[in-house]
Amino acid sequence: MKQQNILSQVKGLTFRELLYNNEVRAFFFQVATFLLIAGLFYTIIGNLFDNIEARGIHTGFSFLKNRAGFDILPFLGNYLQDYTPESSNLTVFYVGLINTLIVAFVGIIITTFLGLFIGIARLSNNYLVAKLAGGYIELFRNIPVLLQIFFWYNIFINIFPHPKKSFSFFDIAFLNQRGLYLPKPILESGFSLVIIAFVVGIILTVFMKRYFNKKHDETGVYTRTLGYSTLLILGLPAVFFLLLGSPLSFDLAVLGKFNLKGGMQVVPEFIALTFALSVYTATYIAEAIRSGIEAVDKGQKEAAAAIGLTQTQSLKLIILPQALRVAIPPTINQYLNLTKNSSLATAIGYPELMSAFGGTVLNQVGQAVEILGMAMLVYLFISLSISLLLNIINKRMAIPER
Amino acid sequence: MAVNELQTTRKPPISQIGAVLWLRTNLFSSWINGLLTFASLYLLFITIPPLLDWMFFSANFNFGTVNILGFDIKFSEVMADNDNCGREAACWPFIYEKIYMFIYGFYPREEVWRADVFYGLTALLIVIVRLVKNYKYKNKVILSMIITYPIVSYILIAGGFGLLPVVETHLWGGLLLTLIIASVGIVVSFPIGVVLALGRQSDLKVIKLFSTIFIEFIRGVPLITILFMASFVLPLFLESGTNFDKLLRALIAIALFQAAYFAEVVRGGLQAIPKGQYEAADAIGLSYFQKNALIILPQALKISIPNIVGSSISLFKDTTLVLIIGLLDMLAMVNMTSQDIYWLGRETEGYATVTMVFWVMLYSMSRYSRKLEIRFNTENIN
Repeated sequence: MKQQNILSQVKGLTFRELLYNNEVRAFFFQVATFLLIAGLFYTIIGNLFDNIEARGIHTGFSFLKNRAGFDILPFLGNYLQDYTPESSNLTVFYVGLINTLIVAFVGIIITTFLGLFIGIARLSNNYLVAKLAGGYIELFRNIPVLLQIFFWYNIFINIFPHPKKSFSFFDIAFLNQRGLYLPKPILESGFSLVIIAFVVGIILTVFMKRYFNKKHDETGVYTRTLGYSTLLILGLPAVFFLLLGSPLSFDLAVLGKFNLKGGMQVVPEFIALTFALSVYTATYIAEAIRSGIEAVDKGQKEAAAAIGLTQTQSLKLIILPQALRVAIPPTINQYLNLTKNSSLATAIGYPELMSAFGGTVLNQVGQAVEILGMAMLVYLFISLSISLLLNIINKRMAIPER
Repeated sequence: MAVNELQTTRKPPISQIGAVLWLRTNLFSSWINGLLTFASLYLLFITIPPLLDWMFFSANFNFGTVNILGFDIKFSEVMADNDNCGREAACWPFIYEKIYMFIYGFYPREEVWRADVFYGLTALLIVIVRLVKNYKYKNKVILSMIITYPIVSYILIAGGFGLLPVVETHLWGGLLLTLIIASVGIVVSFPIGVVLALGRQSDLKVIKLFSTIFIEFIRGVPLITILFMASFVLPLFLESGTNFDKLLRALIAIALFQAAYFAEVVRGGLQAIPKGQYEAADAIGLSYFQKNALIILPQALKISIPNIVGSSISLFKDTTLVLIIGLLDMLAMVNMTSQDIYWLGRETEGYATVTMVFWVMLYSMSRYSRKLEIRFNTENIN
């Protein structure tokens, strides 16, 4: 179509006219750019193959099946994948991925609460609280996050005691310089039913909310649902849990002569990394929350008071829905930043994707193109899915215009 | 009853003036507020005194005799060493001994005046930019400085050209390297970013596609993956035998990374320009380049200045990542110096020092950006 268009326009023009024709120029520029970039790729990929051959590096993905042959700091990824040095490089990839995701997951939860708390404190009418929150933001957002990771890691290693003198919390959890020791949950047969009951409870709650909301819209009768929903979400699984004879036990860590045995060890690398990332990202989330609340027009609050809503109702029904519309997109962007920054774990040796797979495996195998390509694809996938999610949220939250 | 004499004004009750009123309204307006006040005071109490104690009151300042501006100032008889320095509080003699490494890295001592001149020039540049704010030819002055500063700095630091002895890049380190990476990153990535932004806004489909792919790809992956790429894969992309400086590789990675972020900032500015400006430029017959250079970009860049500064601040923070591929920036110097067998276990002092230096620089930059934001924010002035 386009081609024809150009041809019909260009027909019968002199060379000089051709030179100054916009369509022709646009076409020419695009072809030139395409050729330039194609040529660049052709050259570098040609060089790449020459170099790979000259250096005797293998190509292809067969290295994923090879034996890894090194130890990984024991953490969630190891437990879930049953990792041993005999496992394959592909297992290392999964271990790294799981460890990245757990940092992102825990970090996002902590940073959300911390950010929300600081952001609200920043707007407090208590002078001291507001200033402290402001000080927190100015302090932590102006220090490079890698420095913060190093700093907390160093503090953790130095101030917590030797395993022999662990801090003990009622002999259930222990804290020492090798990390935090928590009881390890052991799931017995039948526990999956409890989880199913939990999920069913959530689904039932959603339906119930819908029903009562509809009733509220139609008849104006408002029903309190908090009691019912707790009953459904917590009570239902609890009943199943008891009926099945408590199919869950805990393996407690026991203080041995030199070290702690058993339990679930949360390594200091994880704690330092998650803490530093959460503290750093919370400064940005706090600012997002603050600007969201400040963006709500003062008249909205006054109008809510004028139609007789209570303080809580006004916050829940009027202020927050509008504040969140402004605050949620930057907050989700910060979640993405936190996930990407988790790759800084390489510096302290926490075995996440870029450290275990992009670092150790890369050093052993040397197939940088394949390994870094895989790691980049994972991050790209996460980024693009979050952008997609953001677009959906933005569309749903957009004020419908008439 | 009429009152004829002038009444003396009574003083307001004590609860309505001065410190008491301020306390009542700001700290103790309700019981919950009072509780919060006490909680905050407690928080300050458990953090600030131990910190001050660690940094100053219990810290070790036994530097020996120090020559400051020609005066010999005696801190103690002999300089403290690692054993008699104490573990409970900061040991500043460690920093005093290693300060050269933090500022210059392994830059040769006999050539160090060149690094000093570079620091001086950088400071001068900042002062001049602030002084010429209202000068008629300020754009020309700033532009000429932006062009000459990198050239002069390069000749100063790297040497060569038969003027100064060459100093290899692997000797550059500390604050010097941090500043070099940050400034080169900003200066090189900015024009690339502008081109990418124009490309993404372009009507030419192929150019738009390539720009969009580049920007979204770079923004979707962490900087470390790009640094690793530059460090491991980039040499493979070039003809075999090309020897490639490690610093240069890192700089390419950082410049490309930052360009994508600058592109999005500038695109924000471009989108804010009313369509009428484009149409008017077309109507008076300007070419694409004239239109952008004379009409669109000057306006778009002006409104995106606060965000450009903000993005530069992020870049400044990100320069610390180069230590992961083995460059010795200021943060890497902490890990380096604390491995000295005579000063083992002094990381905390190093981190504290580097934190203070970074914080002061980044805080002043963010204050500057906020000031610009207020100056350029002409929307909400009523």
